Amino acid sequence: MDIFIQQVVSGLATGGIYASLALALVMIYQATDVVNFAQGSMAMFSTYLAWSLLQTGMPYWIAFCATLAIAFIGGLLIERVIVRPVENAPILAIVIVTLGLLVILVSVAGWIYSYIQKPFPSPFPDRPLKVGNIVFGAHDLGAIGITLIVLLLLFLFFRYTTLGLAMRAAAQNPVSSRLCGIRVSWMLGLGWGLAAMFGAVAGLMVAPVVFLDPNMMGGIQLYAFAAATVGGFTSPLGAVVGGLLVGVTENLVGTYVRFIGTELKLTVALAMIIIVLLVKPSGLFGRTTIRRV
Amino acid sequence: MTSPGGVAAKATEQDVASPSRAVPGLGPRYLPRVGLVALLFVAVILPFTLSNFRTFQFTQVLIYGIALLGLNMLTGYNGQISIGHSAFYAIGAYTTAIMIDRWNIGYGWTIPVAGLLCLVVGFLFGRPALRLEGLYLALATLALALSVPQILKYFEHWTGGSQGIVLTKPAAPRGLPLNPDQWMYLLTLCITLLLFVLARNLLAGRVGRALVAIRDNHIAAEAMGIDNALYKSVVFGVSAAYTGIAGALSAVAIAFVAPDSFDAFLSITFLTGIVIGGLATISGAVIGALFIQFVPNWAQDISKAAPWAIFGTFLIVFMYVMPHGIAGFCRLMWIRLTAPPVTRQEPR
Repeated sequence: MDIFIQQVVSGLATGGIYASLALALVMIYQATDVVNFAQGSMAMFSTYLAWSLLQTGMPYWIAFCATLAIAFIGGLLIERVIVRPVENAPILAIVIVTLGLLVILVSVAGWIYSYIQKPFPSPFPDRPLKVGNIVFGAHDLGAIGITLIVLLLLFLFFRYTTLGLAMRAAAQNPVSSRLCGIRVSWMLGLGWGLAAMFGAVAGLMVAPVVFLDPNMMGGIQLYAFAAATVGGFTSPLGAVVGGLLVGVTENLVGTYVRFIGTELKLTVALAMIIIVLLVKPSGLFGRTTIRRV
Repeated sequence: MTSPGGVAAKATEQDVASPSRAVPGLGPRYLPRVGLVALLFVAVILPFTLSNFRTFQFTQVLIYGIALLGLNMLTGYNGQISIGHSAFYAIGAYTTAIMIDRWNIGYGWTIPVAGLLCLVVGFLFGRPALRLEGLYLALATLALALSVPQILKYFEHWTGGSQGIVLTKPAAPRGLPLNPDQWMYLLTLCITLLLFVLARNLLAGRVGRALVAIRDNHIAAEAMGIDNALYKSVVFGVSAAYTGIAGALSAVAIAFVAPDSFDAFLSITFLTGIVIGGLATISGAVIGALFIQFVPNWAQDISKAAPWAIFGTFLIVFMYVMPHGIAGFCRLMWIRLTAPPVTRQEPR
């Protein structure tokens, strides 16, 4: 039982990381119908920037905030410069452009920082917390906390600010929003910036666990895809629930299903994606889109 | 909605549909054919003029060409985005490697088996994939590509785990004065030609038009009596079979398979190939194969990371300025240059 609870908690911690990245994917998908295949590598790149900042001796939390700011500007610029020209192009073109972005970011990170794994510090103490017989990693709990704070801020932003409202409107009905004087395409850019910020949070939280490496987000991005698929690509709440579900499932399956262990982890994600797409393609919380012929 | 390749595909159909005029001499109509014969001639004498290593590289180009043609059928002609073709390439390669290594079967027999197996696997994967549109299919296939190396490592007993399987390079049949590299090249060339002719016949006719119709407007296609589900899953199977045969040939040519050479980046390499060669073109497969074989070689001299930086940049830039790839661009230029001036048309 103790092991079970422990696994659930650490599953929630990784799940929170998947949820942040999944939320980033969903935000962009909702606004523009684009699945950003480069989301993970954008997060990886931001984490490398944070590493550089930390190398200069900057305190962790200042570096954290600075990274988020840079990630925001970077995301905004990527949308404005690279994604904008194919905004209305067929899906294939968009997939290819984001894939191109993915490989560019991975290779540039490898070029600048080399492919050798680097340790990345955690802002939380090393000492594990003991409750009864159950041991919780401080980093796990911290990651859950940070994810929750970020989610809360996001919710407040979208619910209670005019800008948040404008962004939601732009995503929901671009034509009417434009008529109301909302600059829709800038809203999309802002969406990309925010998404890049979430990705950066996910990257910063996961790097102490998996070490810093240009390919570190490959598997995590797949899990974030699984999370977004489970929750439904059209629902931010779904992305969060999906992320936590996927994280816990991953941990429990790895612990209790003998033949899977850690070796077939990615295959579990594949199975989840395919099963959800077959059984309920819109995900748990997504809305089914009906198109007029 | 028009997809990239739409114009190029139409151009193909025009070429095929209009009967060649019986003009004596070498009119512009015959130039492409003359070019094709010349290219074939060059391809045949290539292994006798180049070093063994270069010959091996060109074998690899032909193999990539087959794989790209397979992917292009699915993604270019039919509009189903696959980032998972490295999986079929891996299945083909491992089928061949396991059959040769474990069961001692002649490599010649393993290639059709690999193709058939991939046909079945592709068809079965294509069946549920029918329900997935655009992005979701891309996601599912990406997941497939990412998990295949893990699965290969897991079944260590068959696949040799991370170490992979080492094979021996086949020698030329007795009596032929060829070294192993030359033999492998010529064998691959024959298979490539066969597969390209088959693909051309398939894509230039009724089936090809049906595939393009499904891509451009699947509802209209359905209304015209095209069985979307059948065509989509069959083309998935055929596409996987082509890629599987390419994988099988690569296992024989390289004489080594290992799980990590079949990662998702291989799938992105294939996509890069068809984007640069030209979506929904047949000649694009060869151009793309030349690109993905030789450009990384040159780029590696700059830095280990350079090939991917270049691939990525080309992917994005091509989507902006040349969405039909090099083949599509050349075809457009060709049409523009050879189109008869409007004034010469006689009023009816």
